[in-house]
Amino acid sequence: MNQDSFTEKYQPQWKEFERWLDSKDREIPKDRRPLSSDSVDIPHMYRQLCHHLSLAQSRNYSAQLIEYLNQLTLRGHQHLYRAKSNTLSGFINFVFYEFPSLIRKEWRLFWLATLLFYGPLFGIGFAIQENPELVYSIMPPEQVSEFRSMYDPEAKHIGTERASDDDFYMFGFYIYNNISVGFRTFAGGMLFGLGSIFFLVYNGLAIGAVAGHLIQIGYSETFLSFVIGHGSFELTAIIIAGMAGLKLGFAMIRPGLLSRSEALKRAGKVSLKMVYGVILMLVIAAFLEAFWSSKGSISPSIKYYVGFFLWGFVGFYLLFIGRRRAD
Amino acid sequence: MLDTRRSIETPEGVELGLRLAGPVVRGYAWMIDLLIRFAVYIALGTVLNIFGNFGQGLYFIAVFLMEWFYPVVFELYNQGATPGKRSMGIKVVHDDGTEVTLQSSLLRNLLRSVDFLPFLYGVGLISMLFNRDFKRLGDITAGTIVVYQDKLAEASDIVKMAPLTPPISLTPLEQKAMIQYAERVKLFTPQRSSELANILEEVTQEKDEKAVNSLLQYANWMMGRR
Repeated sequence: MNQDSFTEKYQPQWKEFERWLDSKDREIPKDRRPLSSDSVDIPHMYRQLCHHLSLAQSRNYSAQLIEYLNQLTLRGHQHLYRAKSNTLSGFINFVFYEFPSLIRKEWRLFWLATLLFYGPLFGIGFAIQENPELVYSIMPPEQVSEFRSMYDPEAKHIGTERASDDDFYMFGFYIYNNISVGFRTFAGGMLFGLGSIFFLVYNGLAIGAVAGHLIQIGYSETFLSFVIGHGSFELTAIIIAGMAGLKLGFAMIRPGLLSRSEALKRAGKVSLKMVYGVILMLVIAAFLEAFWSSKGSISPSIKYYVGFFLWGFVGFYLLFIGRRRAD
Repeated sequence: MLDTRRSIETPEGVELGLRLAGPVVRGYAWMIDLLIRFAVYIALGTVLNIFGNFGQGLYFIAVFLMEWFYPVVFELYNQGATPGKRSMGIKVVHDDGTEVTLQSSLLRNLLRSVDFLPFLYGVGLISMLFNRDFKRLGDITAGTIVVYQDKLAEASDIVKMAPLTPPISLTPLEQKAMIQYAERVKLFTPQRSSELANILEEVTQEKDEKAVNSLLQYANWMMGRR
């Protein structure tokens, strides 16, 4: 069959398929007749089209015709082999089974990230008790005095109620800042894990220095009662973000029997799940920090109780939730 | 292969061709998106400022969402293309040519922050230059490529002419070349089409415009028009 009669014979089919694609892409079709394809077998039409494309290729039909069929087949391919989107049940499954099980499965990475974060945190924190001047080697004096005035027990703003729109302002800021930090900690893993290690150690040092300094000058109650609540979710989330980054880093350094890009692809799928969890935890943390931790009217002892409860909750969640399903 | 064409095989056993987009066109697309984002920030900033601290809080959340999820939302709901990509005629697809999912889009866009290092996509550019599919690190990990979204051309549109049997027999490849010449002749200047047609003077026994005409007539004959 020569090209012209081939085109003439099958073009109506192609046009029909094109119209179906246009309707799926929500583009306005040039031809506004109602689609007959609701009653037509689309997979069959698609297979026909594949057949036509390979015929056109093997019969040396012109480049323009092959390009046309190629584009059409490609669009069909993209529509028919589209992945299903996630649903609510997928989300519930993730929260109550997949995420905590994944953290337990990757426990080595979890403890490695924990060490990289809490090691510097406690190290510098205790060192400052012995040698208070050390705080100035971590951050500039202006920043230190800023933190000091924030947690000064004598200051007026502690114990007085903040306007509720201030709370929301801080909520927005925590979302913007903390989740961005979490994302960067994860993405840094692409530099052979070094970026993640940097962010874990750096944040550990910074938090440890502030905490150590405030405790050393006697502001421990205002500071600790403020951070203990949301810290449970926030610090654990940063560790999990680090885990996710380290997972990528290890895939690059030690891809095993796979090629590096294949190892990265597989690690990427797993670590993205960790990042989903990080987002959830950091949103909860931002909420707690803005609307609970900052409430000056609540006595420190209640904040300690709630804080211990929240730490226990996070620990229990990561250790035990979803175990029964795993068996 | 020096070409930027990449073929994928579908489950039906046909080979599909995709044209990969390089760093320059992707850079342009990114700049367009950057301008759009800036415009939105300015507009949002002005509006939300009215609402005091509450508005400021909302603004932070909006900036956060735009910085990280602007490309994700468009890649998912606008057939793989942000407005910038769309205006450059490119889109994101999986390695196997299928459309991106939430997972792959999120992954490639979260890792954008590393590709951006140390400034203006330094790491990403190096990665793209060393990768045969122009992938930045985010693309490698997410298993995605950026390709040209070609406009669907017509199946074939050769000028209709009275068909003429070629004086000599031609191999299939030669016939194909001649049909392609006829398809593309409208893109050439008259001088160029004559120049090309004159190469075949021995076959057509004509020159310039007449030679072009003869070739078009042969093409019509080879297309099966009688």
